[in-house]
Amino acid sequence: MFVSDREQSVVRYNVNVEYFNTYTDVKMSVELDVFVGNTTIMDKEVYQLWLNGYTVNDAVKVRIDGGIMEECEVSVEVLISDTMDQYRTFQMCERLLHHPAKLANQLLFQIPPDRQAMLIERYYAFDDAFAREVLGKKLSKGTKKDLDDVSAKTNITLKSCRRQFDNFKRVFKEVEELKGPLVENIRQRFLLPDQLARDYAAVVFFANNRFETGKKKLQYLTFQDFALCAGQLINNWTVGAVDNMMEDMDVDLDKEFLQDLKELKILITDKDLLDQHKSLVCTALRGKTNVFTEMEASFKNLSRGLVNIAAKLINAKDVRDFFIDLVEKFIEPCRSDKWTSIDVNLYLTHYTNSAHILDTFKHHGVWTRYMGVIKTCILRMYHE
Amino acid sequence: MPGKLKAKIVAGRHLPVMDRASDLTDAFVEVKFGNTTFKTDVYPKSLNPQWNSEWFKFEVDDEDLQDEPLQITVLDHDTYSANDAIGKVYIDIDPLLCSEAATIISGWLPIYDTIHGIRGEINVQVKVDLFNDLNRFRQSSCGIKFFCTTSVPRCYRAVMVHGFVEELVVNEDPEYQWIDRIRTPRASNEARQRLIFLMSGELQRKIGLKVLEMGGNAVVGYLQCFDLEGESGLVVRAIGTACTLEKISTLPSTTTQPSNSSPSKDMKDSPQAASSTLGCRSTHSSPVHIASSRLSQGFSVSVPTLLFAGMKPRHRSSDAPRAKQCRPVFGEEAPGVPLSSGPPTPLRAQTFSSFSPSKSYSRQSSSSDTELSLTPKTGMGSGGSAGKEAGPLKALLRQQTQSALEQREYPFFTLTSFPPGFLLHVGGVVSARSVKLLDRIHNPDEPETRDAWWEEIRQEIKSHVKALGCHAVVGYSESTSICEEVCILSASGTAAILSSRFIQDGSLDVEHRLSRQPVVFTSGADRVEGDMGSSASLGFEEVAPPGCGFCHIPYDELNIPFPAQLTYCYCCRRNKVPDVLFTTIDLPTEANVTGKGCLIQARLCRTKKKAQGEGNATAISNLLPFLEYELHTQLMNKLKLRGMNALFGLRIQISVGETMLLGLASATGVYLTALPSPGGIQIAGKTPSDITYEQHISNMQKKINDTIAKNKELYEVNPPEVVEEIIGSPIPEPRQRSRLFRSHSESSDEVSELDLSHGKKDAFVLEIDDTDAVEDIHALLTDSPTPQGFYSCNTEIMPGIQTWTSAIQMFTSVRVFRLNNLNLTNQGMNKIFTDLCENLLKSLYFKLRSMTPCCLCHLNFTVAIPEDELIQVAVTAVAMSFDKDQALENGMHSGEKTHIKAIHENDEQLQFNLELNPDCLTATKGLADVTGCHPSAKAPSVDYSSFADRCSSWIEQLRLKAHTMRRGSIKTTSSLEKNSPLPEGRSRSLRSNRSYSGGSVAVVKMTPLSFIPGAKIIKYLGIINMFFIRETTSLREEGGVSGFLHTFIAEVFAMVRAHVAALGGNAVVSYSMKECVFMENPNKNQAQCLINVSGDAVIFVRESELDAASVQPQSVTTQTSNGGEGT
Repeated sequence: MFVSDREQSVVRYNVNVEYFNTYTDVKMSVELDVFVGNTTIMDKEVYQLWLNGYTVNDAVKVRIDGGIMEECEVSVEVLISDTMDQYRTFQMCERLLHHPAKLANQLLFQIPPDRQAMLIERYYAFDDAFAREVLGKKLSKGTKKDLDDVSAKTNITLKSCRRQFDNFKRVFKEVEELKGPLVENIRQRFLLPDQLARDYAAVVFFANNRFETGKKKLQYLTFQDFALCAGQLINNWTVGAVDNMMEDMDVDLDKEFLQDLKELKILITDKDLLDQHKSLVCTALRGKTNVFTEMEASFKNLSRGLVNIAAKLINAKDVRDFFIDLVEKFIEPCRSDKWTSIDVNLYLTHYTNSAHILDTFKHHGVWTRYMGVIKTCILRMYHE
Repeated sequence: MPGKLKAKIVAGRHLPVMDRASDLTDAFVEVKFGNTTFKTDVYPKSLNPQWNSEWFKFEVDDEDLQDEPLQITVLDHDTYSANDAIGKVYIDIDPLLCSEAATIISGWLPIYDTIHGIRGEINVQVKVDLFNDLNRFRQSSCGIKFFCTTSVPRCYRAVMVHGFVEELVVNEDPEYQWIDRIRTPRASNEARQRLIFLMSGELQRKIGLKVLEMGGNAVVGYLQCFDLEGESGLVVRAIGTACTLEKISTLPSTTTQPSNSSPSKDMKDSPQAASSTLGCRSTHSSPVHIASSRLSQGFSVSVPTLLFAGMKPRHRSSDAPRAKQCRPVFGEEAPGVPLSSGPPTPLRAQTFSSFSPSKSYSRQSSSSDTELSLTPKTGMGSGGSAGKEAGPLKALLRQQTQSALEQREYPFFTLTSFPPGFLLHVGGVVSARSVKLLDRIHNPDEPETRDAWWEEIRQEIKSHVKALGCHAVVGYSESTSICEEVCILSASGTAAILSSRFIQDGSLDVEHRLSRQPVVFTSGADRVEGDMGSSASLGFEEVAPPGCGFCHIPYDELNIPFPAQLTYCYCCRRNKVPDVLFTTIDLPTEANVTGKGCLIQARLCRTKKKAQGEGNATAISNLLPFLEYELHTQLMNKLKLRGMNALFGLRIQISVGETMLLGLASATGVYLTALPSPGGIQIAGKTPSDITYEQHISNMQKKINDTIAKNKELYEVNPPEVVEEIIGSPIPEPRQRSRLFRSHSESSDEVSELDLSHGKKDAFVLEIDDTDAVEDIHALLTDSPTPQGFYSCNTEIMPGIQTWTSAIQMFTSVRVFRLNNLNLTNQGMNKIFTDLCENLLKSLYFKLRSMTPCCLCHLNFTVAIPEDELIQVAVTAVAMSFDKDQALENGMHSGEKTHIKAIHENDEQLQFNLELNPDCLTATKGLADVTGCHPSAKAPSVDYSSFADRCSSWIEQLRLKAHTMRRGSIKTTSSLEKNSPLPEGRSRSLRSNRSYSGGSVAVVKMTPLSFIPGAKIIKYLGIINMFFIRETTSLREEGGVSGFLHTFIAEVFAMVRAHVAALGGNAVVSYSMKECVFMENPNKNQAQCLINVSGDAVIFVRESELDAASVQPQSVTTQTSNGGEGT
């Protein structure tokens, strides 16, 4: 039997009451206030505020500042009631948003498909600044504990940071063991738009390979820089890249390929080959750039750097340092010589192509696969 | 064994994790019907089990099929301990019993647990094979269609409207049984849910039996309610309108008498049925019996009220005859009393104990208009000559239709909108309330006391109707408000005169005539017998012009039952109309309306002392008349403030709490072109010497005038005639009469005499010295206008808006307010209550701002006082967008047209029927003289004995009729072979697309209206009537009370949608949330809520798709109509 004890019900716990008491007549307080539509009503603006981790009070302030009171001629209490109601709806939806596929065939909320897509997209959208901070980190509880630092640094609310982190982790766990193309897996499992799926692929890829991104020398790189590189690596250096039918995952680099990369060492170990390569490149570059002399002078160093990176990638530890190596061994020297992006592009194009002309160089396939990615990554990472 | 129920469990999905160790569930399913249970295999370690079971077959009586729900329980298998229940699904199989409704239930249904809410979904398929049942003793009423819709459903035509059906069943509330002390909350809730399912099934079956007896095949406007009487039990009661409906198909259908095809049992053989037979209420006719039972109740107070149309509380006539008058007159007097004087004790309060059934009968007869003759104010005597030509004819027509109705015990109709021509005249709102003390129901099988209570109320209503010169009640509804042991029973409706051709009861009438004929002649009705034929052939259109006919007064203007200002109709200029018209029905489609309508609400809160038992009941019944009167005054003021003159859909709700009474009246105000323009509101001070005071008054007056002008503009209330003829107050009688004889062009002369009316004597005067008036003015001016782009109404259609788009949004909003300071004055409470409603409306407007321009239709407020200091307001309504550009006539407009077309078809059909039974007319007419109850009859009132006589003769006729019905049934039931394989296969294939694709869930629209804009309803699949209980012991964790209720309401919506989709439907129309009882106990971190919802599951097709789809539904239609006329 349900017994409601009237005598004792003086002290009551209600999360909502505090908001109401601030403005309502003391003579009455709103005990309960709900609005349920057959089609779930969701305000995009409030949704964004919720996603951004604002409290109800802060959200109401933001809305008031946005001039909604004048626009719609409403009072603060109406605004608070609406905001609170929306927040509750979002909280109820959140459980479903963790498994976006469920949102389409759940029965609790009737939400039009375009709205569903909006909800999912915005829920899974993340701040690049945040992603940059956790990129390459292990998505563990330890990392989650440090999110308050991230929050302080990025000026993103802790609540929002947590949501974004949990999203990363959820996507990671879901696709980690899945076969087939990574981006496609993410897109299908989480019903995300293409670009967002690619960004998640990058996050997952970085987290899986634990690429080092936090070093000071890498601080100038944005998330999108890394995302592009990740895309290159996923598309070219994983098993799935060569054979879509392969029953393997996109998350790991192609071990065979990494093995083959060691063969490239010949380019720097064989003195003749190195000289031949240099002369071919220099011939092609001559007169086409202002920094020709610098190029000529640093050719051997740069070539050694790139080939050494390739040769070491078979070790997991060196994979982690991939980006830092690129910066240290190639980007920094070029930058100190004041190369422009065009110069870098020119140099890498000829550097890559010339290798194919070398008589004794046999590893054309591996070279193309390696240098294609390296070139694109360096060009993206080369901020003048 | 007349039926085989088959159920198949296909699969489950989204199940909860029941085994913490594996994070999985070993689920299996129990399927239970009656006492038979089947089980599926355990599907181990999965949250998405695929059982794919065999078809479980239950061989059962169709009586059980109607009463029992199919109960599906999903459990988690546990090797070592008891199996854990995951949740349940109750499936009402009633829609499958009717050949014209659904053929299969198949789809994903939410698994529901009263503690955890929805826990995953289960895919089931349910079918029923009904066998021929020639058993004459059967108790079932399979095949009777039920509709919540309060109009003739869209794809049917009404062949016959039989009349009022009612029934109630009572039981002990499981929550108050001793066993509840030892069982878990879950078990208790489930027992309750199941019991209510059973009771509503039984109720529906019993109502169905009554319909069969009347010869109908459907119940329209079915309204089922629960009274949770706590310790004293659980009452489930229902009212409805029995009809014979026929599906509109392209084939020219022959009007077979469906009454014959429905097998019925002999009442003699079944005592249960005999007691429930309509028209045979003679079982209750022993006054001694009832009186004694009431005495044992200890207490009973009846507070009658009459909200007469055009009532002018200020114009109290203190004529001597009124004092002697019986109840209906009192009803208007009571409200009249308290205005300026201090609150005197209403007369009624002391008379409670003298209320007896015999009195109610005599009251009924004594209310003939000789006693009711109030002396009209001005020139009424001469008014009689006005309708000279129309007069006698009208009287005759009225007489004959009246008699057709008169022979029923309750000529009530729960319908709120009618085919054109059905409603001839509207008298006004009639309502009755009664305060009762609840006592434990000792014998659930004999719910006599509750029955008797309602009977009293209905009799009361009936007598009010007579006083208004009407013979029927339309838009009738009943409700209760319970607080501890006190219960207020309320009934209200609109007194009306109906066209006879819709309401004859085929064979019943014939037999009745045969048996009564001698009486007709012997009683020597000096009325003209011969005239009848001619009057019938004259047709009704002449008497009642389509656009204004219903406004014309039904009562005799010589004997107006209450003070009213009568004028000649502004449309036809031939008949009299009142100055204001209040009704509980929807605006008739043919009505001439100027401008748009708007929601008008009167809100009132009155404190009362805490009391117990009789004292409490007396206190409440003392307060009621004041409450009603003040609500009425508020409504009147607000109506005038908007420059309107009529209210539709009036619903007055009075809730009782321990320390207060709440009154909420909602209606839709419109300007009826036929009625005179309302006068303004004038404020008068009692001390005119003071200058500042004068200024204050004139300021307020100015404010009011400004508001009126603004409102007129807002609602486009600018009747053209008003400008050239009269503005403001009604013109005294003689002048009007003279105008009648003038030509219309001459009438413009009168303009000069009339100013803007506010200064006129007839204008509505509010005296400022009166504290009530100050409050009134305050209330008037604090009503904030609806924001730009919004309109609102509580009726089905909004006058003045036609171009609906297809965007609709149904919603429910619930608010509970706590009054922190209980030492409030009435005014203070009023203000709080008003603010509360206003804020709620404002919130709704804000929420729905993206839909503008839009109209909130069917705004239905429900107030309750769940605890001492709590006020609960629940609103369910639908927001519908419309095209601002009225020139873009698409969508709804064409829908409206087709609807009207359909109605016209109805019309023709009915005319056809009329010709079939020409003898009915004379028969019914003959009876009118016997009963002698119609207002114009000079004969003295009929005494009680003759009434009883009449009752007994009815029994005889009914028996005769039962015989014929049985005979009829044998020849037609051979066509019973139910399933038409084609539509079933088709619908299944349609469904399989939806259910198994695993893709998105089918969209199910919900609306409290009976239609979907821009779409055509092609099939009604059956009634949805669901009852849920939800309880939590972790209120905080679920987001507090708001979070808890929000989830629960969303879950209820989800379950309704899922069941509709499983029936193959894509919408619920006439949806309503009848009950929302919320209780909380925050200290124990607990809350509980009960919700009851209902509606009609339908399939609709967008009008744009209609051309493409027309072939398919047609085939279905023909199939089903061929398939099952019987059952």
